[in-house]
Amino acid sequence: MAASWGFILFLCVLLMVCRGLSLAGVDPDQTLSSSGQVKIRNPQIDNAMSSNHGTTGEGGHAVEHITTLPIVSWKWHHVTTPYLVALWILVSWLCKLVIEANHHVTSVIPESALLICFGFILGGMIWAADKVQTFTLTPTVFFLYLLPQVILDAGYHMPNKLFFTNLGGILVHAVIGTCWNAASLGLSLWGCQMGGAMGDLDIGLLQYLLFGSLMAAVDPVAVIAVFEQVHVNDVLFIMVFGESLLNDGVTVVLFNVFDAFVSLGGPKIDAAEIIKGIVSFFVVAFGGSLVGLGFGLLISLLTRCTKNIQIIEPGFIFVLGYLSYLTAEMLSLSAILSIVFCGMCCQKYVRANMDENSVQTVRYAMKAFANGSETIIFVFLGISAIDKVIWVWNTGFILLTLLFVLVYRFIGVFFLTWILNRFRLVPLEFVDQVIMSYGGLRGAVAYGLAVMLDENKIKEKNLMVCTTLIVVYFTVILQGITMKPLVMWLKVKRAAVTEVSLLEKLTNKMFNHTLVAIEDISGQIGHNYMRSKWKYFEENWMSWILMKPSARKKQDQLLDVFHQLNLKDAMEYVTEGERRGSLEFVRNENSIIDFKKKSESESFDINNANISNDHGVMSNTSRDPIPSVSLEMHEQTMKAVREAEAINAHHLLDQHLYKSRKQHRHRFSRSHFDINRDEKEVQEIFQRTMRNRLESFTSAKMGVKPPKTIVKHTQKEQQQKMPNGKSMDKAKTSYSGDEGSEGDSASGYDQSYMRATYRAGAGIENPAFMPDLDPMDLLQIPPWLAESELDSSMVALSHRAQVGLPRTPSNLRRLAPLRISTRSTDSFTLENIPDTQQMDSDQLPPPPPPRPPRDDGYV
Amino acid sequence: MGSSSSSRNKIPNAQELMDQTGFSSAHLLRLYDRFECLDRDNRGYLRQDTVDFSSFVRILAHFRPTDRNRNKEGTQQELPNSRTRKLKFAFQLYDLDRDGKISREELLQVLRAMLGLQVTEEQLQSIAERAIQEADLDKDDAISFDEFKKSLEKVDIDTKMSIGFLK
Repeated sequence: MAASWGFILFLCVLLMVCRGLSLAGVDPDQTLSSSGQVKIRNPQIDNAMSSNHGTTGEGGHAVEHITTLPIVSWKWHHVTTPYLVALWILVSWLCKLVIEANHHVTSVIPESALLICFGFILGGMIWAADKVQTFTLTPTVFFLYLLPQVILDAGYHMPNKLFFTNLGGILVHAVIGTCWNAASLGLSLWGCQMGGAMGDLDIGLLQYLLFGSLMAAVDPVAVIAVFEQVHVNDVLFIMVFGESLLNDGVTVVLFNVFDAFVSLGGPKIDAAEIIKGIVSFFVVAFGGSLVGLGFGLLISLLTRCTKNIQIIEPGFIFVLGYLSYLTAEMLSLSAILSIVFCGMCCQKYVRANMDENSVQTVRYAMKAFANGSETIIFVFLGISAIDKVIWVWNTGFILLTLLFVLVYRFIGVFFLTWILNRFRLVPLEFVDQVIMSYGGLRGAVAYGLAVMLDENKIKEKNLMVCTTLIVVYFTVILQGITMKPLVMWLKVKRAAVTEVSLLEKLTNKMFNHTLVAIEDISGQIGHNYMRSKWKYFEENWMSWILMKPSARKKQDQLLDVFHQLNLKDAMEYVTEGERRGSLEFVRNENSIIDFKKKSESESFDINNANISNDHGVMSNTSRDPIPSVSLEMHEQTMKAVREAEAINAHHLLDQHLYKSRKQHRHRFSRSHFDINRDEKEVQEIFQRTMRNRLESFTSAKMGVKPPKTIVKHTQKEQQQKMPNGKSMDKAKTSYSGDEGSEGDSASGYDQSYMRATYRAGAGIENPAFMPDLDPMDLLQIPPWLAESELDSSMVALSHRAQVGLPRTPSNLRRLAPLRISTRSTDSFTLENIPDTQQMDSDQLPPPPPPRPPRDDGYV
Repeated sequence: MGSSSSSRNKIPNAQELMDQTGFSSAHLLRLYDRFECLDRDNRGYLRQDTVDFSSFVRILAHFRPTDRNRNKEGTQQELPNSRTRKLKFAFQLYDLDRDGKISREELLQVLRAMLGLQVTEEQLQSIAERAIQEADLDKDDAISFDEFKKSLEKVDIDTKMSIGFLK
């Protein structure tokens, strides 16, 4: 709590500064005397500034009449506008920060309501200082700078399938519902005035209808803000949300038509004008949508060929989206519809065409813009209220408006849904309808339109603005707060938190196919039939034109889910590895570098990483099997029966592993996130990681839990050596002695044996010796062998594995690591059963003979 | 009304079908027309004499949307459009050899049919593997109906396995 008060205090200070600055622009001298700014400035700046202003009044650019060279000059005028804009953005976002700091408050009161309340406070402060409201939400700022990104975000993240499935219902509500709201509100208010309920007001029927039309539209911004926190079920959400987006077309038309009618005056309106109005509705709505679709297609096409300018490719979506909005606005079409359809149209192709990183960037940037501007909108809605000028109170008018807005919304929704339910497959239930009606929030769009009213034509403009504000506050704050309890109380079906599952997705897909077939058989042309036709068209034509050929292949949803699941597994695997601080993780990194170096031998790499995975998991499972997805993946390997499938699984998993963890060093470059490809550096990294691995390997051996296998191996040797009558110590020292001499001729000697023993023996005996040896070793041995060598030594199975190796000389590189891995799995399982292990070691080819003689020779 | 009742008489054991499937007589008539339209040779069977009208209707009945009002009558036998029956139907689409289990091979076959050329065979196999792993609770490497049902618990079958027969 103290923290939040601190924030509030900080806000106040900021506000004062900001206000002071703005005044400073107006009249520097007065500010200096009146506000606390004086302390901040030093006298010289003041001098320079006041002299500047005094002489030119133009800002800080004039250089005449200065007595001395100003070291620093005060150029407030130069930066006023952007500075204020930036400050206000900061202030609004800080409000959000404060609000979100207390979760128990936001869980009760929706954020939008709190933001408006903060707006009240800020507005109060400004008003207290200025005695006028300096900052209000102007329609230009709102419609041109704040609204587009919110709507673009909505369109871009629109669940298309859901939207189009319910399009009929949404359209009915958006078009007929909005007209109904406008007409009923206007007529009822007019009726009430005729009846004398509101005293003496200079408002005619047309003006009432105009007012009704601006009040009619459900506001997308408010709806998103409230419903996002409530999590109602998908269908309900899309009905309210879709309606709020699409009814903009209707509102704009109604508003323009009635505005024109008001200007024309009652007598001049004839049937022709009304017909024109109806025609203009279709033109505005469809025109706007078409503009949006056009821009959406343009975006899709552009992203097809932005491969070389990846760094700015996310920008295209924003710029073109904004352009589509402005274009529609310019043509006096429905700008909101335009940008919604633009987003909806391009989303699929953009995601397929652009690089994964760019897609993420777009997503986050979109959310940042939308959320940021939503915050600003609500704060300013609050600020705008604190203005004496607009407050014209007329109890009758205001209360009746509130009442009618609420009541007619309910009536409209219930009536329309009743009609719709006769045609819907899954009818909307009663509680859903209640929430839909109750979710008819009015917001900044209505306020923006109200402010746009022409004072000359409509005498009671201020009353209308004030009423609009009241309605907005009532719906956003009161209905917003009560929405959640109402949803709970009515037990509205909530959105289920779904976990993607492959079978589920597959079955869904199958259902779709089946439904299409059944519709076809039973001779009906329904949703599914249409959808399959569209899909066919889309896949064969649209995708062909709009998608990169490479992206076209993998656009199936099922694959997508599979990819996601694999990604999740990979992530889990990595975090698990990191948490345990195990060396498998380091080794994985290494294999990536290998991959980069020899990307042509992909298959090798699969196996390579395959090994490392195996080891990682084995060392886990052998001690304490933890049930996790990544482990499950490997149990499958443990079975080792279906080798081919295991390879495939790993193949895929590994491909994703590479994608998900880009652990390369980046060089700074403005246009590319370059992956380091310098040969030498790669080599160095490679060596370094190898050294790391070996160090960690050594420490692991020295540590508390030496890998069992190594113990086993030494035991084996023990068994072999004892008959020779040598003590363990001697044998070991002799090994380490050997090693020094043999290190150089490593490749020449019997490798399989030597590697195994040399690791097992020397690592324990002489850890300090290792790091020096490694680089040399590594340079000699090609990486893949080094890899297999290390891995095999790790589990100490190289005997069998490498004995098995020569059997497949043709594709040695491909199969060697794999063999090792399966063998190792084998013997690991075997190891747990002592008897079979014994058997196993008996079956093993005896360790190469050369060793004992040499030992003898030493002794 | 007279014409409809007369054509209803054409349909063999119409009343029984209506009871079993929950279709209204209007539905049945429409379907009968459709059936006659599909049955070009007028033999009373489709697909080499395997599907007659009543089985045709029974299959389609799986896709009738669940209507909430009628379910309240309760006592009658389970209609084909109940959740379990719908699931069973879906299950049988996978279970090609009708042994009550979806084996890896069967799943692969379905996948192959659905994903077609987009994917390589190895990808298909790993997808099948993965899907079986997800659902396979008793680790017998196949999906039984119970497992199938369980894994689709969250899916809104009523919505997804229904088409709007015209009312």
